[in-house]
Amino acid sequence: MSLKPILATLLVALLAAVVSLPARAQDDATTERELERYRQMLKDDPWSNPGLLDADKGEALWKEKRGPKSASLEGCDLGKGPGVVDGAFAELPRYFKDTDRVMDAETRIVWCMETLQGFPRAEILKRPVSKANQQGTELEALATFVASKSRGAKFNAPVAHAKEREALALGEAAFYRRQGPMDFSCATCHGDAGRRIRLQPLPYFAKPEEAKKVVGEWPAYRVSQGTVMTMQHRLADCFWQMRLPLVDYASDLTVALTSYLVSQAKGGEITAPSIKR
Amino acid sequence: MHRLILIPCLLAVAVSAGSALAQKKGRPSPQAVDKLVEDGFKTAAPDWKVRLVQDETQKACTASRNEPAEAGAAAIRRREKATIKYPEDGNLLGDWKKGEALAQSGYGWRYTDYPPRQANGGNCYACHQLDKKELSYGTLGPSLAEYGKIRKFAEPAVKFVYEHIYNPQASQPCGNMPRFGTSGFLTMDQIKDIVAYVMSPDSPVNK
Repeated sequence: MSLKPILATLLVALLAAVVSLPARAQDDATTERELERYRQMLKDDPWSNPGLLDADKGEALWKEKRGPKSASLEGCDLGKGPGVVDGAFAELPRYFKDTDRVMDAETRIVWCMETLQGFPRAEILKRPVSKANQQGTELEALATFVASKSRGAKFNAPVAHAKEREALALGEAAFYRRQGPMDFSCATCHGDAGRRIRLQPLPYFAKPEEAKKVVGEWPAYRVSQGTVMTMQHRLADCFWQMRLPLVDYASDLTVALTSYLVSQAKGGEITAPSIKR
Repeated sequence: MHRLILIPCLLAVAVSAGSALAQKKGRPSPQAVDKLVEDGFKTAAPDWKVRLVQDETQKACTASRNEPAEAGAAAIRRREKATIKYPEDGNLLGDWKKGEALAQSGYGWRYTDYPPRQANGGNCYACHQLDKKELSYGTLGPSLAEYGKIRKFAEPAVKFVYEHIYNPQASQPCGNMPRFGTSGFLTMDQIKDIVAYVMSPDSPVNK
């Protein structure tokens, strides 16, 4: 572990103090300025990204012999063959013959931990994602590692298999489904260009240019949470705000929504782990 | 007020072809989407799973992607209008100061909000500009700055705001705004307080 990510983490801790102030305009503006300053620093020196600590942690976990079967995840097939991590994230979600399911990176990691390492599924899913100011989870670290191995690649998930087409169509339909006590769908907030909640700009996912800019940022280091947040977690957070129950991690629903988002972002660059508010 | 009403009217005219519930070609059936959603929340408690089930209006708005055809829109207006309840004394204006606090708060009904630690909030600022001094406002809904003043604090406007917070689908079928009164998310008194925040001459919204 180099010194730079540690320094970065300290800086981010300062930023976090700014972010956690009440969400009033003055503070929002200050936060946005600080974040912008930080993003510029990251551009100047990509290695100061605190999310890379999670990627490092994930890489160590990936290679370590663990679980009842005392195996590493190096034999995990993320779609480009067993052991191939480079560029795999850019082509997920995709259909896997061995499970007869479309899976995203996180769902596939869970499956590999189950089958290769022998961890019981319930144990893996006991705490899939971290809450604010908790230590990051293994799944978060592993997902960040896998995504980081596609940094610079462009989204190009296959849509050849019937189940891939089905997941995409279902994901799009789910995106527009209104439900819950607030009548919200994903499109309520993300169905028009140039909108925002409070001061937070909202990406318009029907527009590929906007999807391309943001989908590849996840998993992202969230300053306000102090940890990396994965796409599965990001979607769960939207459902939370929609007043729906906690969505099941690695469900067909969250995978289908990811298929839709990634399809809208096709050709967009993967910049994960990025840094977010 | 004009803008609020005009947009859905135009939409209803523009999208007059086809029934609102007709399934668009190539799209999965509503039943398939229902199942996907249901299966996505297998671990949820039964009293939470009911939130996943759509009512007639949600179904119609989903099927038409919020652009219901004329007949569908009229049915929504009729059905939703019938759910609006009014205070017995006819007074629709509450306390604007309480309304301001409600406009700022987004609390309520998320799974982290149980047991409730405070009253539910209207979260108006998430989507609307109101008091011009509050710079942290969203733009999903129209600006409501000086809303009452522009309408000369007229009684029909007061009534419209009350009804629009209680159930916006009654005038704007398949609009984005939640049905705060009909869903029971806000109480009648809370709605009156927010009406006062928007419509009272003393409110900073109208300064």
